[in-house]
Amino acid sequence: MKARIKFQKYGAMKFIGHLDVMRYFQKAFRRAGYDNEYTKGFNPHQIMSFAAPLGLGLTSDGEYVDISLLSSQAPKDMVEKINNVLTEGFKVVGFHLLREPGQNEKHVNAMSLVSKADYLVSLKDGYLLKDGLQAQDKFKEAFEKFYAKQEIFINKKTKTSQKLVDIKPMISMVSFSYEEFAEKLKNYLGQVKRPVNDERSFSLETESVADVYENGIKVYMQVATGSASNLKPELVMEAFCQEFDIDYNPYAWQVHRLELYTEEEDSGKLIPLDCLDR
Amino acid sequence: MRKLALTDDILLSVDKPARYIGGEINMRVKDPKDVDIRFCLCFPDVYEIGMSHLGLQILYDILNSREDTYCERVYSPWVDLDKIMREKNIPLFALESQDPVKNFDFLGITIQYEMCYTNILQVLELSQIPIFSKDRSEDDPIVIGGGPCTYNPEPIADFFDFFYIGEGETVYNDILDLYKEYKHQGKSRREFLEAVSQIEGIYVPLLYDVEYNDDFTIKSFKKNYEAAPERIKRQVAMDINDSYHPTRPLVPLIKITQDRVVLEIQRGCIRGCRFCQAGMIYRPNRERDLEYLKKCAYEMLESTGHEEISLSSLSSSDYSKLKDLVYFLIDEFGSKGVNISLPSLRIDAFSLDVMGKVQDVRKSSITFAPEAGTQRLRDVINKGLTEEDILSGASEAFLSGWNRVKLYFMMGLPTETEEDIEGIAVLADKIAREYYKIPKDQRQGKANIVVSTSFFVPKPFTPFQWARMDTPREYIKKQQLLRSKINEQLNRKSIVYNWHEAELSELEGVLARGDRRLCKVIYDAYKAGCIYDSWSEFFDYDKWVKAFNDNGVSISFYTSRERNEDEIFPWDFIDAGVSKAFLLREYKRAKQGTVTPNCRMLCYNCGAKAFGGGVCFENNNENKNAAAGGNYEGQN
Repeated sequence: MKARIKFQKYGAMKFIGHLDVMRYFQKAFRRAGYDNEYTKGFNPHQIMSFAAPLGLGLTSDGEYVDISLLSSQAPKDMVEKINNVLTEGFKVVGFHLLREPGQNEKHVNAMSLVSKADYLVSLKDGYLLKDGLQAQDKFKEAFEKFYAKQEIFINKKTKTSQKLVDIKPMISMVSFSYEEFAEKLKNYLGQVKRPVNDERSFSLETESVADVYENGIKVYMQVATGSASNLKPELVMEAFCQEFDIDYNPYAWQVHRLELYTEEEDSGKLIPLDCLDR
Repeated sequence: MRKLALTDDILLSVDKPARYIGGEINMRVKDPKDVDIRFCLCFPDVYEIGMSHLGLQILYDILNSREDTYCERVYSPWVDLDKIMREKNIPLFALESQDPVKNFDFLGITIQYEMCYTNILQVLELSQIPIFSKDRSEDDPIVIGGGPCTYNPEPIADFFDFFYIGEGETVYNDILDLYKEYKHQGKSRREFLEAVSQIEGIYVPLLYDVEYNDDFTIKSFKKNYEAAPERIKRQVAMDINDSYHPTRPLVPLIKITQDRVVLEIQRGCIRGCRFCQAGMIYRPNRERDLEYLKKCAYEMLESTGHEEISLSSLSSSDYSKLKDLVYFLIDEFGSKGVNISLPSLRIDAFSLDVMGKVQDVRKSSITFAPEAGTQRLRDVINKGLTEEDILSGASEAFLSGWNRVKLYFMMGLPTETEEDIEGIAVLADKIAREYYKIPKDQRQGKANIVVSTSFFVPKPFTPFQWARMDTPREYIKKQQLLRSKINEQLNRKSIVYNWHEAELSELEGVLARGDRRLCKVIYDAYKAGCIYDSWSEFFDYDKWVKAFNDNGVSISFYTSRERNEDEIFPWDFIDAGVSKAFLLREYKRAKQGTVTPNCRMLCYNCGAKAFGGGVCFENNNENKNAAAGGNYEGQN
């Protein structure tokens, strides 16, 4: 059976890269006594799939890993068991058994489902933007002006090349407070059935683990994420800085992921990964 | 939430920031305010190496089991962070609390190999602790050295307040109890060091003076503090059979060198290879109890979640319950996705069977360490491995499907001739011939014989401690000779030859048998930029040579000089168990090419029996000894 696990990553653990997070969870499942399914052969490894790897330095409220289990206890117990063996910086907040694929369905892995992600980008304390932009309202004004542009061109570097791309179509929306963001989000969400806590699903009530900074300069954004189209929030901030002649300092911004979504095939509406039963 | 010592921008601009954040699985968390003693353990190399070391995990356990003590860790910052810390004047910090090391009571450094000496100075300097012991004030931590290199602590004597000679399980509690008492009474650093010198196994360098002869050999080694002991007795834990093994080892957040559960099955070795320091200084051989090891394996796999377990010892094939243990591990954990990583084993039916069970035969290789190319030289070094053992082992392995063989040799062994060098090439060729005896349709392509040579470095407390070491030039000549001899072999195309750097070995040789005059040389080399000397990309031979020259210290004095039988060695004040008389007898037997049987076969009165346990008292060994005439001389 397959299970989808949602977890938070925060604090010092933001310095652990994706491959190490995989290794971390492999060991954590073993410590927790999960009955994971292994590949065959001389070097068996756990069958698992992570959705949209998180970059080094980023924190998150919405990370997902799909695992394959030979047996499972009640989701509530599974959450408790794993959290007992996790160290500070990782916390599992949801465990959902997925339904077996129907006759003509193939099993989809978490990675291939992702199409959008919500982020909160905050200016860390101790960093200055530029005179006139340092106040929250001035920052908001400037960012709105930037986002109002028809096209936002920036050099997108890949391992082998770089090209000028318009990132505007990859940004669904931006907001400057959580309330405003939550309100706007409703327009993008599909018919979401929040899983109830039962024998197949369990979610923990938790607070966001995003760091809060005194300067209050922050922006929420929803951007394209996944194999089809992918935009890093860092690139949006770089474009913003470019627009206002600010030296872009990659260390000045704390990027925090809030949620990952898949798109409904027909409507294009979004569904959080933990509200999906497959 | 734990606060980090380094800011985000620093952590994100250095390689592998996880080296510096702590927070590993099974890290001990205490409130520093609740303890009397803050102890920082240090492995002076990069995190991935230091975290792989079992000994440090044992000490971490022991020290943290005291409620009044919080033991934390520090490793050498990598060169990228080293540069930033110097620029920004950031003091080196312990991983657990992220507090500066300079605020601790103790800094305990484990010294596993000579080439880390400059890294010790790096750790001290980055910690903002005076490098020389004599310059430290009442506020600085007490700096302790431990580990195998302390069997000759003299080249680094000036940097340490005291050395703990021997195994850490025995007197740390006495040291910490004493410290607590002295701290509460407001006693001085000097008073504490004088008092700690009264604890067995503790060497306080400043309480001793060395005088040299005109030729720089040692004239005398005398204490300058009345109550200091004449000789320092090595500490040995005689009750490891069912105690002291960690059960909750630290699990790092990044991949490290030994990324697995390590089970220490025994200490010491029965073999007595004459080049091997570990085989002498860890005597007597002491086995851990099989049932205890099974229990530890269970607990460690459960507490770490590791997917692999390996066995650690000097010669695992000699562990008397090895079969039981290995089959237990395979049966118990193999089905649960745990890889069993085998140590190097004597190649026989048993080892081939277990290797076939836990490894992919097509991808793995068979390893032999003949160490020398001819039987004559193997007898000189007392390596009880014959050509017949190797050829029949290789042949069996080939028939079981293997086609890769790794061979390890040393060059520059005492009495070595060109014939011995050529013997390496001939042996490799003979192994390949064994492979090609198998009908063509039954073998897996070409044989793959990898020959690796390292350079022999004479070490203190071995029978070869008197021996002359080759110069780099002589080494390189031997390397070239072997190269050409391999090319003359019939199966040369099946043989690959790898070798070590000669200059690094020379320096290792100097530091291994050096004296206090080297402290200044090491300091100068460090100040000139030498660091991470064991990493070939950083090793800077020219800077070292300059440091020797500037101090008027000759390299060849320490390396290419056969020492007199009655010469006083810098390490003679240490009572390691094996006696100097035994070592000298062994050296003489080596030169005659006479082998000495292993401890289980016969006791040769090396001196380790005085510790009162282990193999010396196993299976009526005493009787065997008596039957053989009771003493060594009777054997000649």
